[in-house]
Amino acid sequence: MKIVKEALAGTLESSDLLVKVAPAPGAGLEIVISSEVMQQFGAQIDHVVRDTLNKLEVTAGLVVVEDKGALDCAIRARVQTAVMRGAEAQQINWSALS
Amino acid sequence: MKLRRSMLFLPGANAAMLSTAFVYKPDSIMFDLEDAVSLREKDSARLLVFQALQLPVYREIETVVRINPLNTPFGHADLEAAVRAGVDVVRLPKTDCAEDVELLEREVERIERACGREVGSTRLMAAIESASGVINAVSIAKASPRLIGIALAGFDYVMDMQTERGDGTELFYARCAVLHAARAAKIDAFDVVWSDLNDEAGFLKEVDLIKRLGFNGKSLINPRQIELLHNAYAPTEEEVEYAGRVVAAAAEGERKGLGVVSLNGKMIDGPVIDHARRVLQRAEASGTRK
Amino acid sequence: MNDLIENGLAVQPLADEPLLDRQGRTLPLFSGFAHQTPYLKDPVAKRSRKICGTLEEAIRRSGLKDGMTISFHHAFREGDKTINTVVDLLARMGFKDLTLAPSSLLSCNAPLIEHIRNGVISRIYTSGMRGKLAEAISHGLMKHPINIHSHGGRVKLIQDGELTIDVAFLGVSTADSFGNANGISGRSRCGALGYAKVDAENAGTVILLTEEIVPFPNAPASISQDQVDFIVKVEQIGDPSKISVGAARITSNPRELLIARYAAEVMVHSGYFVQGFSLQTGSGASSTAATRFLEGHMRKAGITASFALGGITGGIVDLHKKGLIERIIDTQSFDGDAAESLRSSPGHIEVSTNEYANPGSKGTYCDQLDLVILSALEIDLAFNVNVITGSDGVMRGASGGHSDVAAAANLSIVVAPLIRSRIPTVVRRVTTVVTPGECVGVLVTDHGIAVNPNRPEIAERLTAAGLPVMTIGELQQRAESITGEPRPIEFLDKVVGIIRYRDGSVIDVVRQVKD
Repeated sequence: MKIVKEALAGTLESSDLLVKVAPAPGAGLEIVISSEVMQQFGAQIDHVVRDTLNKLEVTAGLVVVEDKGALDCAIRARVQTAVMRGAEAQQINWSALS
Repeated sequence: MKLRRSMLFLPGANAAMLSTAFVYKPDSIMFDLEDAVSLREKDSARLLVFQALQLPVYREIETVVRINPLNTPFGHADLEAAVRAGVDVVRLPKTDCAEDVELLEREVERIERACGREVGSTRLMAAIESASGVINAVSIAKASPRLIGIALAGFDYVMDMQTERGDGTELFYARCAVLHAARAAKIDAFDVVWSDLNDEAGFLKEVDLIKRLGFNGKSLINPRQIELLHNAYAPTEEEVEYAGRVVAAAAEGERKGLGVVSLNGKMIDGPVIDHARRVLQRAEASGTRK
Repeated sequence: MNDLIENGLAVQPLADEPLLDRQGRTLPLFSGFAHQTPYLKDPVAKRSRKICGTLEEAIRRSGLKDGMTISFHHAFREGDKTINTVVDLLARMGFKDLTLAPSSLLSCNAPLIEHIRNGVISRIYTSGMRGKLAEAISHGLMKHPINIHSHGGRVKLIQDGELTIDVAFLGVSTADSFGNANGISGRSRCGALGYAKVDAENAGTVILLTEEIVPFPNAPASISQDQVDFIVKVEQIGDPSKISVGAARITSNPRELLIARYAAEVMVHSGYFVQGFSLQTGSGASSTAATRFLEGHMRKAGITASFALGGITGGIVDLHKKGLIERIIDTQSFDGDAAESLRSSPGHIEVSTNEYANPGSKGTYCDQLDLVILSALEIDLAFNVNVITGSDGVMRGASGGHSDVAAAANLSIVVAPLIRSRIPTVVRRVTTVVTPGECVGVLVTDHGIAVNPNRPEIAERLTAAGLPVMTIGELQQRAESITGEPRPIEFLDKVVGIIRYRDGSVIDVVRQVKD
């Protein structure tokens, strides 16, 4: 999917996260993650974000994640929502979301 | 016999609640994509519920998703998300007639085939929220073998009836109609939510009423209500003791090959034994009444 | 006799040989009625000699010197206005290299960071720390590691001579001109002065900071005139409305209520829930809520408690008023209801932390305790409890009475959510041991209850009562299956905190966190 506009998903409440996506200024994917649980789960969050973007075939754009201790399932959902909003996707390809 | 006393509503867009709600051990958890989710967050709630349903902890509990009506822009995508994520039951809101259920069933079956889920494994329940729905309750309750129950939803119903929530008089006919439709179709019946969290006495009074009417249980909006409800539905020690003797006598009768079983000179037939089993099941789940 | 004394002095030898005491020392001759009490010759000074016009005057008269130890109580918790004010002034007066030994520190003490940097404070003894100060110290602010002690253990360190308090600065809401003082009258009432009583008794010099000087004799005298050197009137010692901010609060959170309900049922089925039992429920959200659930159980069983101990909340006071708890033994009042009850109820008794929990005292109330509910930031497979370091390795809690009461009570029940946002509470090994696992009987979480294998009789009773009993290993696995496996926190070698067990021994250390 191609991110064509800036979009947000999620909240900054505890156990949630806020994801911002934007079209890339250059080529490629830039991912910025901050988290309350960076010490213990930073690597895992990074892995989930990349995996989710990969399945959605997002190869370019800026993705900023502000995590408040969300579980992996919430991270996936928020990244997917932000990307679909940013890509102005009308149809959902369910097999790319599991 | 699946015990369904408590159905806990969770707003589908709330990540924190979706991450913890299973600890309250309601009989069923209902992820709401409809009224509890604002129009702007329909897409995000759908994906959040889709992902949360795949948490292993939600395999230990019956899951329900309330989708938006199929005639809204959200209903079909909600249904895709719920069925594909493996939800146990889809709850259809604003069910006015049997055709609403039939349309839902066809869509569910199409999605089951598309995603490789066993056809028929997604169960359904219909919420009745209008005068038409109440009038058509009998045909709605029999509209699909997938239906596990029908529920009365009070807020929209009283609006449709041009009245408002009060002491229960306003729901009297609807409760009786929905309950009879469910029993005639041999499915479960669920009562409305109680929204005043701080009025514990009012909640318990209503629970007592619907339990005596014969409802299986109630939709709940706060985890704090679960324990109160389960306790109200829990049998007394005397009831458990008697039920135990009924079941034992029935087993004894069956062992001896007796057609008719009696306890203390009273005949025990099928419905009495079924009732005794339900009593023991509730006691097993929450002990005796405190 | 008159001819032997002239102008109040002995003028000639009373005997041929010098008179000796039992140790062979020469007994001094009488040299006037006011030789050691010169103020008695001045009718004004006699009664006003302890009053200082300014805090600065009190500090000068106290003889405080560089390198000495100063102490405070923390009964005002986040509302404290004494510690920061005094240390600010000490800095302005040029003091250096002081040891700060308050009974505890909180988020409001962040201004101390500056005084650590500029050398006014070089060492700290405290029960806990929170906020920016704790963060800075965890990141290596101090040259010497701080010592974290329990409430009872603090008194032990004082009595054993390790912690010698040179000057105690004690905030009180009222005092008379001689120093009879309490926290239950006047404007800013914190209630019990359990910590301050210890410092008043043990400090070399005691300075009272009072909002109000009331007519003599002030009663009750939580701190007595015979322990007080100087008295200063100040604008405000603390804000009592902020006492219950932080640890002590009332909850409507369903998860905390669920834990509270389980905790109350554990108490009921523990075997100790009999007529005349005793309890402590502390200040955590779930434990204060458990008190509420306990009322119904006590009424149903028709029993009353002989006493409730510890930090006292309005929930305990409520049961006391209803006749369900006969006496309240109060070392710290956690809210206005507790402070008011201490003032008005004859059954509500103020005790020092020495009486409360010092293992070196000849008798503590906690030794008489049946049931206690305690909190935890982390608990591990051996039931060891951490109440000091957070998931990021930063200090953010207090040892408090945790290890004291866990050791002494008949059954200690730790309550905690299994997971806080994404952080598991039940872990393989706690980051920091504060209370050893052998003292912890039961862990109550929102996902289930685990009983220490060293208490098989408790496990049996709780299982028989139909409570969701699991092994602690199962709870740990369940947490990890939901959150994923946390990576261990990375620390540097430098020790920033020494965790002292209540007997003074070292039970663990806290190292500087890696940025």
